[in-house]
Amino acid sequence: MALAPAPATGRFARTAYVARKQRAEAIARAVFAAMAAAMVLPLLLIVGYLVWLAWPSLSPEFILDVPRRGMTDGGIWPAFVGTLYLVGLSLFVSTPIGVLAAVYLNEYARDSWFTRVVNLAVINLAGVPSIVHALFGLGAFVYAARFGYSILSAALTLAIMTLPVIIASTREALASVPMAFREACWNVGATRWQTIRAVVLPNSISGILTGVILQVSRAAGETAPIMFTGAVFYKSVARGDLFPYALNDQCMALSMHLYTLATQVPNVKESLPYATAVVLLGSVLLVNAAAITLRVFLRGRKKW
Amino acid sequence: MSPDPPRDTARSTRPHRPRWAVVGERALEALIRLSGVSAILFVAAIFFFVLREAAPILVSDEFSLVQFLFSTEWYPTSASNVRYGTFALTVGTLSVTALAMLLAVPFGLGAAVYLSEFCAPRVRETLKVTIELLSAIPSVVWGFIGLTVMSRLIVTTTGAPVGVGVLNGGVILALMSVPVIVSIGEDALKAVPDSYREAGIALGATRWQLVYRVLLPAARNGLLAAVLLGVGRAVGETMAVLMATGHAVHIPASLLDSVRTLTANIAAELGEAPAGSDHYRVLFLTGTLLFLITFAVNLTADFVVRGIRRK
Amino acid sequence: MSAAFVKRIEVQELRLSYDSKEILHGISFDVYQNEILAVIGPAQSGKSSMLRCLNRTIDFSANAKMSGRVLVDGDDVRRTRDVYALRRKIGMVAPLPVGLPLTIYDNVAFAPRSAGLTRKSDLDAIVERCLRQAALWDEVKDRLANLGTALSGGQQQRLTIARALSHQPEILCLDEFSIAIDPVTTMRIEDVLKELRREMTILLVTNLTQQARRLSDRTMFLWDGEVVEIDRSDVIFSGSPKSQRTRDYVSGVFG
Repeated sequence: MALAPAPATGRFARTAYVARKQRAEAIARAVFAAMAAAMVLPLLLIVGYLVWLAWPSLSPEFILDVPRRGMTDGGIWPAFVGTLYLVGLSLFVSTPIGVLAAVYLNEYARDSWFTRVVNLAVINLAGVPSIVHALFGLGAFVYAARFGYSILSAALTLAIMTLPVIIASTREALASVPMAFREACWNVGATRWQTIRAVVLPNSISGILTGVILQVSRAAGETAPIMFTGAVFYKSVARGDLFPYALNDQCMALSMHLYTLATQVPNVKESLPYATAVVLLGSVLLVNAAAITLRVFLRGRKKW
Repeated sequence: MSPDPPRDTARSTRPHRPRWAVVGERALEALIRLSGVSAILFVAAIFFFVLREAAPILVSDEFSLVQFLFSTEWYPTSASNVRYGTFALTVGTLSVTALAMLLAVPFGLGAAVYLSEFCAPRVRETLKVTIELLSAIPSVVWGFIGLTVMSRLIVTTTGAPVGVGVLNGGVILALMSVPVIVSIGEDALKAVPDSYREAGIALGATRWQLVYRVLLPAARNGLLAAVLLGVGRAVGETMAVLMATGHAVHIPASLLDSVRTLTANIAAELGEAPAGSDHYRVLFLTGTLLFLITFAVNLTADFVVRGIRRK
Repeated sequence: MSAAFVKRIEVQELRLSYDSKEILHGISFDVYQNEILAVIGPAQSGKSSMLRCLNRTIDFSANAKMSGRVLVDGDDVRRTRDVYALRRKIGMVAPLPVGLPLTIYDNVAFAPRSAGLTRKSDLDAIVERCLRQAALWDEVKDRLANLGTALSGGQQQRLTIARALSHQPEILCLDEFSIAIDPVTTMRIEDVLKELRREMTILLVTNLTQQARRLSDRTMFLWDGEVVEIDRSDVIFSGSPKSQRTRDYVSGVFG
């Protein structure tokens, strides 16, 4: 939609008015571009600074080693594996519920006031502050359900947090399957579920997967919900041990560990918290980039 | 030529689904319906369990709801005169959020306009991916950035003694809220029909005139919703403000003053409040307050969005 | 009584409305065994909606209200015990060709499988029979594992017909099947219909009066949700049908 350059003479000659308009257009374009850049550039600078300060500590050993000398030195292994546990368990719970809920909303629910209420509930669930999720987890899972401070309580709290976005992204994936396919199935006497299983779900898997993967990074990055339900300051774990925690154990977590190192540990080696931040940030961005790549790749392999 | 008689429709010759398949499908559909309404259950549960822990203090004699909401004196651990006034915290939340929105809204909407109207397709893809990655940064990392990078920056540029406070929190929060505003704002602009643009061009408008006179007014509702959702995100943010705004519970006198927000306050003090104590219950009450605030903001945003859809 | 006069479908005072707008204003007609009944009329007359009432896929339209009686072999469709069996008794071909995003084999095997048939030899036989009946077998027999969506429009429409035949319907409904396909494929499908009428009853909704003239025994003219006239095709297209409006429509005065 670019404006064609005006010729020098004749009806469409470049008058002063036209020149002014084109200058205003160029200025506006530059201003808006600058605004967009203003978001991106600071980010690149900040990340660069973080990496530079983290450099002395960054190495594979950093991830595998355990914290030493009162957490002022060493690695982050217990926190890293703790985050894996928390993320895995919470998505294990929230994905089936989220997918089924989205199937209900997109395939079964009729337009009625009740459906409106359900939709509103999903939107509101998505907007609950993370500290309120923490309070809920504390009141419901730690105390009322008597799970105590444990990986279980923390993971369930994270599950409720990630649920609404999984519902939303699954719905989008389901809605992208054209209605004509469903009608063709109903016309030959298939039930709703048979239609969903044969045509709708298989063709939504890619969208559902992308949505779930994006929630991996969210679950890994949250601190408040796990801080009061099962994540702790320090837990003794063997170096590189892949199965150090039981369900009712408390655990360390990367996000919590960053907070701890940054605010609670005096005399910590300077590069340590930066390195923790870089590992957390790097993992999160890597997972998200993988999800985006998956989305682009699968878009090209559409079956219709 | 007489036509064939109707086909034999006796039950036994037609195939039918095994009983376990029919029963299984019914059970699965019941599970689906249950999952569907689970969202309502969870929202209600959150409100219930948070209020449950807070409830006893509401009926206590020494507690005054008015003092809770409007007093600036927050001394929960005082030995002699315990006071639970959250007003200073509310002002803390509002000041940081206001600053964040002041920065995020123009830049966010500007970026949304750029993406939607001025951008070349390949640049758009890259920019959209960058913004998506921006929104994925965990809040504790943002808090860390505030505590270290931003704090140093503020100290060196303004000469303030301490780098955490309203300014720090506001800038960090702005960077966190921008992706929400950009993506929803862009959706709102995309939703304006192309016929508006075509009509404008036919009348000789430049792209900037189109944006200013036609598109922004037309997308007003969606842009408002984008801002509201950005506000919702900012008000509810916990870890980033906990680390970036400092610890003083008072009404800030300047941008460089330290404050504390409602969210950060809960996170900071919950660990030390013994379970079941008054302090503990007041913190849960603060949580209930936060829930209601974000509930209201999200409800409003949803009604505003519905306004566009109805058009 | 000769089998030719058995009523397969009886529609009595069928009314249909979407929200508060009435589409069908109490129509009544019968469909007889082994006939081809053409339903003609301009767009938005309610022809497609009427078909959807027959096999109750109207249920999937959230705001549709149906009243009156529709009897298929004497059973009121609204009170039927097994709506899926009803939908299998009635085959439906939609206007736009739809190949499901499954293999060609699975496209045709989908209905029998949903009905409970699992033995591979049975399914193989059904797939071949239906694809032959739909005049598609020779073109796809070597690539049954290809995706149904990869076929051309005309092939996908024949695939839809094969799918409609796969559950052994006794009544076949076609809703403007030739809209999106080329004339050559249309003629091939018309030949298929002439073969099929020997085994089943056919309800052909069409905008093409010439097509109705070519294929049908009786024709029903539906206009604005009402049955204007229903009679033998040679009467309707003869130049002197009972109603002036019919004559105007058939001769192209309006459409």
